[in-house]
Amino acid sequence: MSASQTNARALADTPVARVWLQRAGPWLVAAVIALAVPLFMHSSHALTMLSHMGVMVIFALSYNMLLGNTGLLSFGHAVYFGLGGYMAMHMLRYIEATGFGLPLELVPLVGAAGGLLFGLIFGAVSTRRAGVVFAMISLGIGELVSSSSLMFTGFFGGESGLYGNRTVPASLVGAEYSSGLSTYYLVAVWAFIAALAMYLLRKTPLGWMANAVRDNPERAQFVGYSPQMVRFFQFVLASFFAGLAGGLFIIVDEIITAETVGMVQSGVVLLSAYIGGILVFIGPVVGAILVVFLESELSAITNAWLLYFGLLFVAVVMFAPQGLAGLALQWYGAWRAGDWRGSVAARLYAAGSMLVAFLGLVAVIEMAYHLFQHWNPEQPMGLFMFTVNVTNALPWLLAFAVLAAGIAVFIFHARPVMQRAIHASGGDR
Amino acid sequence: MLETIVFSLLNGLLYGMLLFMLSSGLTLIFGMMGVLNFAHASFYMLGAYFAYTIGLYTGFWVALFLAPVAVGLIGAAVERFGLRQVHQFGHVPELLFTFGLAYVVEELVRLFWGNVPMDYRVPEALDFPLFSLFGTNYPAFRAFVLVVAVVMFIGLWVLLKRTRAGLIIQASLSRPDMVSALGHNVPQVFTWVFAFGTGLAALGGVVGGIQLVTEPGMAFMMGPIVFVVVVVGGLGSIQGALIASVLIGVLQTFALSVDWSLAELGALFGYAVSQESFFATLWYLDTTRIAPILPYLLLVLMLIFRPRGLMGKRET
Repeated sequence: MSASQTNARALADTPVARVWLQRAGPWLVAAVIALAVPLFMHSSHALTMLSHMGVMVIFALSYNMLLGNTGLLSFGHAVYFGLGGYMAMHMLRYIEATGFGLPLELVPLVGAAGGLLFGLIFGAVSTRRAGVVFAMISLGIGELVSSSSLMFTGFFGGESGLYGNRTVPASLVGAEYSSGLSTYYLVAVWAFIAALAMYLLRKTPLGWMANAVRDNPERAQFVGYSPQMVRFFQFVLASFFAGLAGGLFIIVDEIITAETVGMVQSGVVLLSAYIGGILVFIGPVVGAILVVFLESELSAITNAWLLYFGLLFVAVVMFAPQGLAGLALQWYGAWRAGDWRGSVAARLYAAGSMLVAFLGLVAVIEMAYHLFQHWNPEQPMGLFMFTVNVTNALPWLLAFAVLAAGIAVFIFHARPVMQRAIHASGGDR
Repeated sequence: MLETIVFSLLNGLLYGMLLFMLSSGLTLIFGMMGVLNFAHASFYMLGAYFAYTIGLYTGFWVALFLAPVAVGLIGAAVERFGLRQVHQFGHVPELLFTFGLAYVVEELVRLFWGNVPMDYRVPEALDFPLFSLFGTNYPAFRAFVLVVAVVMFIGLWVLLKRTRAGLIIQASLSRPDMVSALGHNVPQVFTWVFAFGTGLAALGGVVGGIQLVTEPGMAFMMGPIVFVVVVVGGLGSIQGALIASVLIGVLQTFALSVDWSLAELGALFGYAVSQESFFATLWYLDTTRIAPILPYLLLVLMLIFRPRGLMGKRET
């Protein structure tokens, strides 16, 4: 609170142009990065991954309109993503069949409208209460919709899903969407617009009231707002943006299956937003990019990637509930304020001991996967820089020793040293 | 017709009892700690896998006791070293912790036992037809599952209502501060309740793994339905869980065996719907395809119209 007040005071003293630069700066940087990234990653695989990141950024930000801003824990947000995607896909197919003149750039809006529509329907019945009741209703609706994909095979396309072709519709700007690059830029532009819109929505009275309803619905009611209506509006808007993400998703992939409305997808968006951090705007952005990156790259390196993913999430929930971006900002703030002076070395020491433990854990997990899942566990495996035979006891002993040593050093030496250093330097935050 | 009804009732009861075994532990944990344990079905899965593996060495009867104890101990460790740490952050992180745990457990099961279903079978001592009805045999193992569930319900009821331990548990549920002031270690009570609840889920897994299937997806399959049972029954209510379990079990089994659709119902009253009409999909939707969504429909309707569930004392 006080930080923002001092910020506001500092802003009041600076010229208008600088204020605008400070506000717009992060957005300009983000735009430049988004535009420049394809210069360095231009394989079709990388471009698809980047496009998925853009889609996921919108989706995770829309999720955070519920969880972070309004305090609504949803287990069925993929419903609006998936149904929006299906709406956009039906539009794409309709354009292909009839030559209807909707340009491709606007097809995601059809998805957004679809998300909005279903958000209105399901939001009306589910936002009366927050907390566990809302979470359970969202779970029920999620299961309801994903189960009904087996019933309404005409709409959902059955097991194989629906296909479309993004090169058929005309383009507003005369672009050819046959390449991954132009598709990426389409996604990037939409992601930028959507992120900006969601950021600005936080600054509206609705956005502030959503925070109030999250923190104390009773008091919000005394101010004269209906918590139910605030939740409902936030829910509908979140569904709108989720539908937009779904509409972009079908343009990137040109296929949609019933999995997009399913529980797994709902889980992934929840994990993304939470891992990044739900109380800072940038959190879900970081989380979405990280999760898509792990999904795409880690799965190519190791079979255990889902396990790492789960462990990462559990670790964030247990030790960094403010999320990775939240943690980074918190550290940055402390560092800027000089709270780290005199304790940097001790902090690095603690981080180093955790890193050792982490490497030991990775070794154990990788060897376990090799031992249990390889068709011939006797075959030597590459591990870091070594080649090990997992049927021998020695590598196991070493790996567990490294893991145990890292944890032991952290608990019995590095952490006390760090706490003493922080205490001695006067910063106790 | 009578045959269908009798067997649907019997099978529905069986499925309901399996659901009850899972949901009783979950509702106990929620009532006590306010934690909706997303990983509950994962403990059910662990119960099945542990029983299978232990059973390879000791036979089924020893595994029937050892597996729930082992899973209960894991549950205690999870509560002690995981949940208690997260507890300070509030209920949502607690819920998310169990959510992440469910992912981790599934991956670990895939790691150690592989992706294919286990060959976990009815023990020989129970592999005979108990009685024959309308020319169809009723396997003894199903009766055994029913017996286990009933014994569990009675045992649970006696434990909670008729013993000193149950008294302390119930008191910690409503007035933890007072119980703590009387000299009881409330966090330790929580740990044991969590261990006990997960052990019950594991017991469900020991018999459920045989009756249904033992594969890494089993937790994901059962998880949401167990939530439905607990919410519909009323969070924290064991009797409610029993009623809701049987209700959902019978409902789903009937929908699967009856195989009707609105169109047939219409035809019965002389109202024909053409296959080409706009809402034909809805009219010709048969009950077997509706069956999977029935529990969730029930859940949503229940939460909208009666959020405290059938037997719940307070709103969730």
